[in-house]
Amino acid sequence: MNGTIDLLFWQLFAAYLFVLILVVIVRIRGIPREKEIFIASIRMTLQLILVGYLLVYVFKYTHPVYTLLLVATMLAFSIRTIIKRAKGNLSYAMKRIIAFSMTSGILVSLIFFIFIVLQLEPWYEPRYVIPIAGMIVGNSMTGIALGVNSLIEGMHIQKDKVEAALMLGAKPKAAARNIVNQAFDSAMLPTINSMVGMGIVFLPGMMTGQILSGTSPIVAVEYQIAIMLGIVGSVSLSVILFVQLGYRTFFNHRSQLDLEGSGKIQR
Amino acid sequence: MFRLKGVKVKGILSVPELTIIRNTITCIVGESGSGKTSLLRLLNQLDSPDEGEIWFDQCPLSETDPIEWRRNVVMVPQAPIVFKGTVGDNLQIGLSFSDKPAASDERLMQALHLVCLEKGLAQDAENLSGGEKQRLSLARAVLMNPMALLLDEPTSALDEDTANKVFQRLTAFIRENGKTLVIITHSRSIADTYADLIIEIKDGMPQVDGRVYSERND
Ligand SMILES: Nc1ncnc2c1ncn2[C@@H]1O[C@H](COP(=O)(O)OP(=O)(O)OP(=O)(O)O)[C@@H](O)[C@H]1O
Ligand SMILES: [Mg+2]
Repeated sequence: MNGTIDLLFWQLFAAYLFVLILVVIVRIRGIPREKEIFIASIRMTLQLILVGYLLVYVFKYTHPVYTLLLVATMLAFSIRTIIKRAKGNLSYAMKRIIAFSMTSGILVSLIFFIFIVLQLEPWYEPRYVIPIAGMIVGNSMTGIALGVNSLIEGMHIQKDKVEAALMLGAKPKAAARNIVNQAFDSAMLPTINSMVGMGIVFLPGMMTGQILSGTSPIVAVEYQIAIMLGIVGSVSLSVILFVQLGYRTFFNHRSQLDLEGSGKIQR
Repeated sequence: MFRLKGVKVKGILSVPELTIIRNTITCIVGESGSGKTSLLRLLNQLDSPDEGEIWFDQCPLSETDPIEWRRNVVMVPQAPIVFKGTVGDNLQIGLSFSDKPAASDERLMQALHLVCLEKGLAQDAENLSGGEKQRLSLARAVLMNPMALLLDEPTSALDEDTANKVFQRLTAFIRENGKTLVIITHSRSIADTYADLIIEIKDGMPQVDGRVYSERND
């Protein structure tokens, strides 16, 4: 392999020392998190090994169905994670909107990216599609998860203001306007921040990976710029779809505020 | 104008029959937690009854457009709400919510005068006192020039003199312009002085003071 150092088993094992340090710290501080840390490390290891073998297979026997299936699986998992991370039990309508905005936002930007920016041949080349889809899905997931909680929290905290606007004859859209904007903003913030810090505060995962595996840093940077813009596009598209549709679940067909329309929230 | 028939809301309110007459001033009194706010919210269509129907003349409210309705039958909530911005912004926001053209500064000043609030339009509304915010939110509703106003304890944060002054100006405005006013108040003296009809809510059941009611119906 061109300049790649394959880690030996014991080298990789040594890296687990970092987890051990974390466990020691929480133990000393008396924070009851050892179990979660333990489970998280095991899960990460198992999941990555599994994915590694899966990818080896998919890369070898390239087929559009495999690629599509992997992207669909990532998407499904990310939607599930958002729903699980939300405070309380989301209503069916809210879940549907999350699934819809994630799917459309991600597919549109992924298709744009594959066919127009990269012009992949063949379009389903898993070596490109899978990691790019992974990054786009991951970032959109973080964005929507933040957006969901910000929207729910905003509606609950500012419910009197929303109702006061309704009393004055506001349409639900106008009554929820500020909250929707705040939710959009807080959902976009991590993505915007990561653009600002890009290359200075941190080297993003994909670029690091490419450089580690021997790609010229300039090529890696080109890819990284393109993918960052793809991420921005996908996150903004999914988030704007989500907030524009999501606020409606807080109102019933008589344009009355119905906080339970979005689900039952645990406080 | 409003007619409630067999209206029930959860376990809170039960109204076999109730009529509120056009171009009158109706006061709703009753103990805390008796269901006054709940009744007013029904009239603003901020809630819908679980059972029964509310009529506007011959038209059931459930067949009206709720947003259009609230632009004509404006409610002012018990706890005053101010929006971000100046006093002027706060006055205009009702008009902008209801897609009406903005008012001139002169009209804004008139609205402020009506509620005895002598404040500059450019002042930050966030810094107003509780009673000033209450009058500001009242002025905002008056400025919308609706057919009916539903006020939930509009002077609860005011001293007696100011409250009376506001009521005098407000009721004069209502009578001159042929509007309908429904007010929740804890003050018996305000109800006795200004109301054409007093509705008392007891255990979720509105009871009309027979004397006042028959007088007005003569
Ligand atoms: N959304 C709701 N769900 C359940 N109960 C409610 C709801 N809103 C109000 N209530 C209850 O209904 C009763 C009547 O409430 P309401 O706000 O109408 O009282 P009120 O007469 O306006 O009292 P106050 O003078 O203190 O403002 C109260 O016991 C209240 O707790
Ligand atoms: Mg009340």
